[in-house]
Amino acid sequence: MQFIKPGININFIGKRNIAFTLSSLMILATIVLLVWRGGPNYGVDFSGGVLVQVKMAQKTSPLEIKKALGAVNLDDSIVQEFGEAGQFEYLIRIRKTKVELSTLGDRVEQALKTAFGNKVEIRRVEMVGPKVGKDLRQKALFAIFYSILFIAIYISGRFEMKWLMSIIMAISLAFVVYIASEIGISVTWLILIALIVTLAFCFFLNLKYALGAIIAIIHDVVITLGFFALTERELSLSIIAAFLTIVGYSLNDTIIVFDRIRENLRRFRRKPFEETMNQSINETLSRTILTSGTTLIVIIALFILGGGVIHDFAFALLVGVLVGTYSSIFVASPILLIWEGKFGKKAQKKM
Amino acid sequence: MSKSLTWRGAIALFAVLAALVYLVPSITDEVPVWWSSILPKDKIHLGLDLQGGMHLVLEVQAQKAIESHLERVVDEMKGDLRKDKIRYISLKRKGLDGVMITLMRLKDETVFRDMVAAGYPDFSVESMPEQHGKPVFQLVLDPNAKTHIMKMALEQALETIRNRVDQFGVSEPDIRPQENHRLLIQLPGIKDPKRAVALIGKTALLEFKLVDEENSVEEALKGNIPPGDEILYQVSVDPKTGHERKTPYLLKKRTALTGEYLTDARVQIDSRYNEPYVSISFDARGARLFEQVTGQNIKKRLAIVLDGKINSAPVIQDKISGGKAQITGRYTTDEARDLAIVLRAGALPAPVKIIEERTVGPSLGKDSIEKGFKSMLIGGIIVILFMMIYYGFSGVIADLALLLNILFIMAGLAFFSATLTLPGIAGIILTIGMSVDANVLIFERIREEIRLGKTPRTAIDGGYSKALVTILDAQLTTLIVALVLFQFGTGPVRGFAVTLSIGIIASLFTAIFLTRIIFDYLYVKRNMKKLSI
Repeated sequence: MQFIKPGININFIGKRNIAFTLSSLMILATIVLLVWRGGPNYGVDFSGGVLVQVKMAQKTSPLEIKKALGAVNLDDSIVQEFGEAGQFEYLIRIRKTKVELSTLGDRVEQALKTAFGNKVEIRRVEMVGPKVGKDLRQKALFAIFYSILFIAIYISGRFEMKWLMSIIMAISLAFVVYIASEIGISVTWLILIALIVTLAFCFFLNLKYALGAIIAIIHDVVITLGFFALTERELSLSIIAAFLTIVGYSLNDTIIVFDRIRENLRRFRRKPFEETMNQSINETLSRTILTSGTTLIVIIALFILGGGVIHDFAFALLVGVLVGTYSSIFVASPILLIWEGKFGKKAQKKM
Repeated sequence: MSKSLTWRGAIALFAVLAALVYLVPSITDEVPVWWSSILPKDKIHLGLDLQGGMHLVLEVQAQKAIESHLERVVDEMKGDLRKDKIRYISLKRKGLDGVMITLMRLKDETVFRDMVAAGYPDFSVESMPEQHGKPVFQLVLDPNAKTHIMKMALEQALETIRNRVDQFGVSEPDIRPQENHRLLIQLPGIKDPKRAVALIGKTALLEFKLVDEENSVEEALKGNIPPGDEILYQVSVDPKTGHERKTPYLLKKRTALTGEYLTDARVQIDSRYNEPYVSISFDARGARLFEQVTGQNIKKRLAIVLDGKINSAPVIQDKISGGKAQITGRYTTDEARDLAIVLRAGALPAPVKIIEERTVGPSLGKDSIEKGFKSMLIGGIIVILFMMIYYGFSGVIADLALLLNILFIMAGLAFFSATLTLPGIAGIILTIGMSVDANVLIFERIREEIRLGKTPRTAIDGGYSKALVTILDAQLTTLIVALVLFQFGTGPVRGFAVTLSIGIIASLFTAIFLTRIIFDYLYVKRNMKKLSI
């Protein structure tokens, strides 16, 4: 059985302008959405606060729960239904950071038991102090940044035999990050600067494969973030883990296409770059679709059956794998082509 | 060729057997005695999110340890000054920096400096501008000594909390220091999180202080606190209404005796009221001090102060020798038991603050396991069926690799005695989806080779060798990400990184090595002519 007929030749690269428009629109929409919402929707892990998951004995409306919480002055908390229908589970989020957080969980329990009787079950309490929240946010950003940096080094080394160059890049970048953190720039800006510097390095040191892969990765993470903002989901620690998995997955996909391109460039030296590229994408298309398919199957199973706690995690992976597959075909390779066309050897020869 | 095949088969068989052996302790509840003496007995641990429990991060307020150290120095120095006949106007702690002292006479300076140099080596003496003609000095605490005090405070807090948790009875607690004076505490399977928090977070500083009988509390409450006195409260909760009642007491600031002389604390039941109380015993020095204090203050009241709150203030009826005392209060048996534990384990050197707390109830953990495995089963079955349909017999081989992959991940978790968390289960599920990737890459290459008209045998050779580089590149980069994730993550996220990393290595082994053995056996040794792929 096969989905993709051998010898198929779809002109993916030719459609790059459509793809770029689509990608730009999605990224722009994400930025607009994030600016409009005043930044990402941080969960208690990052913003600090208290999250309580309760199971009620009978159907209760979030409004009733809110009212009950009014008895202990917590009526400004956010209450929403959670998990499968018929389980009567609710999530209560409290964002107060000024009061003593460690007693808030008890106060919620007390208020709910007074209002609804002793059958209320507190299933989960997460309390994160504001200081810890800030620390976790920094750690998460650094994790994403470091994984991108290490990947840039690995790709440049493996694909272009530029180990030395990429190590120079890493050292200078570590230096930039060190100086910037000594000056006392906020971590968000620090990482942003570091990413831009990384891209600039890849650009000026001719590390084109790394450039394509990193842009594709940033593309995937940003768009997934956009979908999170659109569906009003919260960022938590496990979502960051999902984002890093997306980074890994998208990269996996991109590398397999790049690998083919490298192989075919050696085999067909006379062919135009664009044609070789298209051929490589087509040759790996069957694999790309198959692997994405099996991965999506298990993620969908997790998304539907995995339960409330893992739901958002599965959602992030779902969006990420779809976008990651798209980007390895329509974003990473065309960037390679554009770079080669404008700055590569062939362009130089024409001059 | 066939010889190498035998060897490779033996390695594969050994790997599978080893994996099974490592898994046995995790599957059975109890391994036989002969097993645990020679074979591995490490189990897969379930994370707090799966078995329920509590994750706490405490911040030890280490600067408080410096404060109390300086206060102690002030007390000690008062005695030394008296001994050396140096008269002073004031002697006070100055923030966290050191101690300020104003001497009475200029001529005492050299004696004072000698005294500090001999008895307080951690301090340096700095002359300050004179006040009303009186010499003023600042004793600055050495920064190294400061760091040492904070470090000791953290270590002592860790030890004390470990003691308390051990006595409380938690199986497999995990308590470890973290940066920024923090302690990470994981208590799996804990039933009563509130009680655990109270037990761990209590400073448990026990002090005995005399009640000032000469001056009135009312006057002191108006703001005229006599020098050397302080107001503390006795807080009692009415069990019926739940209302708190605060009774103020005027106490002598000087501590007559502290809990550091305790040797034991036990719960006992009052036979008259059938109420539990805690009986404490002092060591020889404490007993002597207690005897002295009680002997000199008969018919006066002695307040028992726990963490700045008055527990009770009984009247001393007679001199108490023998070093035994009782702490009574309206305790439940649990409360009395916990109080005895914290008193036995000793006071924390500095107060702690809970800055992160995550509690998962046992029922939620069970739900998560069930749902996780259900999605793993269903997702896995669909993938397995799909591979069979798409690649025919070769798909079956890939499926076998997939199943062995899961086996290896589980065994790997047991081998590293790693923790399986809910994101960890998600990691396994993800690996199921992604691990077929390696086989897909190989199979697609083999199909390409066959399309070029090659025989199954050469097609398999070509397929594997051409796909190998790609597979390594792709999996290694994912491994980089997984390792970064491991480095940055805590708790559940770390569990995810662990399963993902083990999964990547396992899938490299199964896809490149194991499936190749089967193909080689069929097409080299048995010389099969048709390839179903």
